[in-house]
Amino acid sequence: MSLLTAASVAWSVLLLPVTTALFAFLSRFSLFHPIQWISESFSLLYGSYVIFSLVLLCGVVLVVGVFNLEYYTVVPSVPCTKIALLGKVLHPQQSVHSLVHSMMGIMVTWCAATMIGGRYWILAAPCSEEEGVTGQKMCLNEYYLFFLLAGAFMGYSYSLLGVVRNMNYVSFQTIQQCKYLRFKGMLPQVVRYSAVQSLYSVRNYCLFYFFFGYIPRAWICTTLNVHEDSSLHRLDTVSGLLDFRLLYHLWLSGTFLLLTWHITLLLFRIFITEAYSFPVQSSFSEDVSQCLPKVLMTFLLNQFLALQDLFLLSQQSLSRRMEVFSLSQPGGHPHNWNAICKECLSLLSDLSQRLVEYQEVVASNGRARPLSSHSDQRSTSSETLGMSTLIISSLMSLQILSIDIGLKTPSSVFLRSTSPFSSSSVNRFVGNVDPSSPWYGSVQSPHVMRRGPKLWTASTGRLKFAHVKNFLARRVLIMYLFNKLPEASSQALFADSQAHIWALEGLSNLVAASYKEDRFGVVQTMLPSILSTMLLLQEAVDKHFKLPHASSKPVRSTCCLEDSTFKTLRFALRAALKTAMYRITVTFGEHLHSVQMSAEHRKRLQQFMEYKE
Amino acid sequence: MSGVSWELGMNSLSLFPPPGPDGNITLFESNNELVCGTSLGSRQKQGWEPPSLLFPRESLKPHSRPESSSKAAFLDHRDTLWMRSARAWRDSGLSGLLDEIANCTEEEVPRWLTVGCSWTLALLRWVSSFHGSLFPHLTLSSEDMVAEFSQVLDWSDCAVRAFAWHPHTDKFAVSLLDDSIRIYNSKSATAPTLKHRLQRNVAALQWKPLCASALAVACHNCLLVWHVDPTSLSTRPSSGCAQVLSHPGHCPVTSIAWSPNGSLLLSASPVDTAMMVWDVAGESCVPLQRVGGGGVTFLSWSPDGSRVLASTPSALFRVWETRTWTCERWPCLKGRCQTGCWSPDGTRLLFSVQGEMVIYALTFTDAPGEPHGWSGSSKAAAIVADLSETSFSTSQGQVRVGGQVQTMAWDPRGERLAVLLKGDPEAPDRPAMIAVFKTRISPIFELLPCGFVKGESGAEPRLLQFHPHFPNGALLTVCWSNGRISHVPFFFVSAGGSVLNPGGSPPWPLPQSRAVENGERLLYTEMSS
Repeated sequence: MSLLTAASVAWSVLLLPVTTALFAFLSRFSLFHPIQWISESFSLLYGSYVIFSLVLLCGVVLVVGVFNLEYYTVVPSVPCTKIALLGKVLHPQQSVHSLVHSMMGIMVTWCAATMIGGRYWILAAPCSEEEGVTGQKMCLNEYYLFFLLAGAFMGYSYSLLGVVRNMNYVSFQTIQQCKYLRFKGMLPQVVRYSAVQSLYSVRNYCLFYFFFGYIPRAWICTTLNVHEDSSLHRLDTVSGLLDFRLLYHLWLSGTFLLLTWHITLLLFRIFITEAYSFPVQSSFSEDVSQCLPKVLMTFLLNQFLALQDLFLLSQQSLSRRMEVFSLSQPGGHPHNWNAICKECLSLLSDLSQRLVEYQEVVASNGRARPLSSHSDQRSTSSETLGMSTLIISSLMSLQILSIDIGLKTPSSVFLRSTSPFSSSSVNRFVGNVDPSSPWYGSVQSPHVMRRGPKLWTASTGRLKFAHVKNFLARRVLIMYLFNKLPEASSQALFADSQAHIWALEGLSNLVAASYKEDRFGVVQTMLPSILSTMLLLQEAVDKHFKLPHASSKPVRSTCCLEDSTFKTLRFALRAALKTAMYRITVTFGEHLHSVQMSAEHRKRLQQFMEYKE
Repeated sequence: MSGVSWELGMNSLSLFPPPGPDGNITLFESNNELVCGTSLGSRQKQGWEPPSLLFPRESLKPHSRPESSSKAAFLDHRDTLWMRSARAWRDSGLSGLLDEIANCTEEEVPRWLTVGCSWTLALLRWVSSFHGSLFPHLTLSSEDMVAEFSQVLDWSDCAVRAFAWHPHTDKFAVSLLDDSIRIYNSKSATAPTLKHRLQRNVAALQWKPLCASALAVACHNCLLVWHVDPTSLSTRPSSGCAQVLSHPGHCPVTSIAWSPNGSLLLSASPVDTAMMVWDVAGESCVPLQRVGGGGVTFLSWSPDGSRVLASTPSALFRVWETRTWTCERWPCLKGRCQTGCWSPDGTRLLFSVQGEMVIYALTFTDAPGEPHGWSGSSKAAAIVADLSETSFSTSQGQVRVGGQVQTMAWDPRGERLAVLLKGDPEAPDRPAMIAVFKTRISPIFELLPCGFVKGESGAEPRLLQFHPHFPNGALLTVCWSNGRISHVPFFFVSAGGSVLNPGGSPPWPLPQSRAVENGERLLYTEMSS
C-alpha cells in the first residue's frame, strides 16, 4: 500500500522535470521573436534557479502525495443536505488540507515567478526616480504579491473543489489496462482539465483581487515597511488587470500547478486500484491472513481489492477457481469456498437489510430523512454542532408544539387537506434533522414525524399560524441548508455498491463455473441460500427504484478526474444483479427446480427462467 | 501475413452442388442435402416456427433527404446570429460555426470577421483534405460511410437494415429503412415498435447477453440502449426507455459488440481511432486508442469472451485480448478486413479481406482462462477456402457464383458456416449468393461443401445470422432484397450431442467417415497444409 503510493509519487517526481521544462519554454513564448524565445528558454533550463525550483517542487509533490494517501476513500461520502456539505468543507481535517494546499500553492507560484523572472522577480524594489528623494526608499512590487496570492487562491480552490466534487474518491476501472496505457489514455484529458480549471481560477481570482486586493497589499506594506509605487498602475483596477501578458503568465502558472497536482493524483489512483492477485490458500499458517478469504473480511481498500480479485479469478482463471472449489487436505472441508461464499452473502444481505430499513423509514414518513451513512455522519459530526444547536433550539419549539397538539387531537391526523399552510415545507424542515445531533433519537419516533406537520388543523393551528410563518420566514437560509438534495440519499445508500457488484459477479461466475468444474459438489450445498439472498436483494432493489428520485439519472460529469461513478452505482448494481441471476438460471436451467426454496422465490425464479425480468 | 499457405490451389465452390432451379427456394437441410421447393408443405412443423416476415420496400418511407439539405428547410432564418451560431456549433462543431459566420450578411457581422472565417474554413478544409487523402473514407458522408462498412449488402437501399436474434429466447429485433425497430417474440402477439428521435441510420443491433430486455442500437451519431420490458403489452415503448450513449467524435457508429458475459459494450466508428468500452449502467466509456488504421469499422467478440476482432478502414486489423486489453496488429496485403467470425470455443477466427476472394483462418492455441496466455496465436493466417468465380450449368443456363465476401456467420455449434458472397450488380448472371459450408472444429478443423441457399426469384440476400440456440441443428435467418426475412433450418445431429432428427431419418454418421464413404471431398483440413 505505502509502497504503491511511494511508487506513484516517485513517478510524479520523475515527470516534474518534463512539466517544468514545458512551463519554462511556454512562459517565454513570444510570437515575434521565435529564435530569441527558444534560445532564452534553453539557457533558462540550465539556470540554478530552475534546479532549485525543481527541488522545491519535488517537496511539494511529496506533500501532495502524502495528502492523497491520507484523504483518499473508496466509499465516497455523499452529503444529503447543503448543511452536510458545508460541514464537510468546514471540517478541521479539511481545513488542514486547504491550508497546506494554499501554502504549497504559494510555493509553486513562487517557483513559477522565479522561473519567469523579469518583473515577478522580487518583492520590494527601490522606488522609481521621480518619486523618491532618496534612493533608499523601497517600494512594493505588486506583480510579485499578485502572483503569490494567486498561488494561495488556486491551492485553496483546488482543495475546496476537491471536497465539493469528491476528488478524493477513488473508483475502480471497468476494464483492466496496464498502468502505462491507462496513464497515457488519461493524460490528454488531465492536461485539458487542468488548463480549463486554471482559466476558471484566474477569472475568479481576478474578481477577488479586484474587490479585495487592497487588503493584502496594505497589510504587506505596513508589516514590511515598504511603500506603494504610485507611478505604476495598481493591479486592482480594470486597466491594471487587463494586462494580457500578466494574465497569460498567471494562467500558465495555474495550469502548471494544477497539472503537477493532478498528475500526482492520477498516478496515485492508478497505482492503488491496480488489480492485485491474492493467493486463494496458503500452506503456511503465517500467510493465512494474506489469503483471499481472510482479506475479504477486512475493510475498505483491501476488501475492495480482494473483491476485485475474486471477480477476476471467477472469470478468468481456471486454476484459481479449482483452488476455491478444493477441499482441505486433512478433513476434506471446503473452507475456501465456504469463507468466500459466506462473506459475499453477508455483504449482499447487509445491502438488502439497509434498503429495507430505508424503505421503512420512507414509508413511515412519507419522505426520506438523511441517511445515517457512516461517512456522512463522520463529516458532519463535530463542527456542525454549533450550527445544529441553533437549529435544534428552533426545532424544539416546533416539535413540542406538534406533540402537544398531537396528543390532544389524535382523530385529526388525516385532516391534511384542511391544513392552513403548506405542509411540505414543514415536513421538509422536520424531516431533516441532522442524524448526529442529540435530538435525532427523539425525532426518530415515527409518530412524531408523521403527525407533526399534519396536525395543524384549522381549529388549533389558526392562532399560531402567523407566528410560525414568521418564524419560518426568518429562517429561509436554514431551510435552504436543510433542503434535501434530490437523489442524494439514493446515492449515499449505494455509495459502496462497487463491492456488492463484485460480490454478485464473482459469486455468480463461480456458481456458473461450478456446473462443470466443481468435482466435489461444494457449491451445490450453498445454492439455495445464494439464490434466496439474491432474490431478496432483487426484491429490495426493485422496491427502491419505485421511490421518487431513485431512478432519475444524475448529470454526467464531463471530466475524468471528477469521478462520478458513485452516482450511477445503483443502476450498475441493478444491472449486475439481473445478470447474475440470469447467469445462474442459464447455466443450471431446469435443474433449479430441484433446489429448495420458498414458493414466492420459486415464482420469481420462474420469471427469470422464462426471460421475463 | 507472411507464410500464407498458397498450395491449396483449388476452387472451393466448384465442389458445391449446383444451386437449385429458378423459382424454387431453399427450404431446409435434411439428410445432408439442401431441399428446394416452392412451399413449406413438405415438412411438418417443429414447435415454434419463427415468422417469415415481409417488409416491402414501398411501404417504408425512408428519410430520403440528406441531413444538410433538410436543415435549411426548417430553420427559421430570422433567428439572431447568436442563436444560429450556437446551433451550428452544437450540430456540426467548429466548421459549422465558421460556415455560419462566413455566410452572414454585412449588417450582422463586420466584414473582417466573415473574411477571416471563410479563410479559416478554407484552411480547415485543406488540412482535412490532406488527412482525407491518407484515409479516403473520411471524405465520405456519414450515411455513405455506414453503407460502406456495414455488414449488410447494399445497406442504403435495403428494407431491412439490421437484424438481431436474442441470445437466450425466441425473440428477434429488426431494424427497417424508416429507422424504426420492431421486436417479434414467440411468446407474445404484440410486436413493439421502437422509435427515437436519435435513432437514425441504424447500422447494427445486438441484444445484451444474460439479460431479457436490453437491446443496443448503433445509430447515426450515438448508441442507444433500449430497455424493452418483455412483460409489457405496450406496442410503442416511449423513448424514455432508451439510454443514449454518445461521445464527441464517435459517430457514425457502425459496429457494436456486447461482451458474452453482458458486462461491457464495445462500439466502433470509422472516423474515430479509438474503440469505446462502455459501462452501460454508468453511461461512461473508456476509449481504447491505438495509432494507425484511421478508425474502427467492425467488431466481433469471441464467444468465450477472451478476444475481440477489430478491423480498421485500412489494410490492418487488430485482435484484442480482453484480460488486459492489449492488441495484436495484423497487417493485410490487399485491403481492409471486411468481416470475421469466431468459432464457438474462441480458438479460431475466420475472416475475409476486401479485394480477395478467399477466407482466411487464424488459430489461437492457448486455452482460455489461463494466465500468460497471450502468446499462443499463430504467426500467419491460412487460406481455408477459395471463393473465386465458378460457373454452374442449370436448367436456366449458366449461373456464375463467387466473389468477395460481404459477411459470414458461424452457427453456435460450429458445424455450419454461411458466407454471403457479393455478386456483380452489372452482370445479371452473377447474383449475390449464400454459400453454406459444413465445418468441424475438433479434433481438427475441416471444411466441407454443403450448398447454396436460394431465395425467391429476383431476391438477393442482404444479411444473414444464425439462431443462437436452435435445438435441432442450426437455423439460418436471411434478409432478402425484397424485404423478406426467411428462416432456413439445417437439421443435423451435432457431433457432440444427441439431437433428434426431425424427419425421422437415421442419424447422420460422423462426417469424416462419411466423407470417405461417399467420396465427398474435403475442402480443407488442417492436416493438408
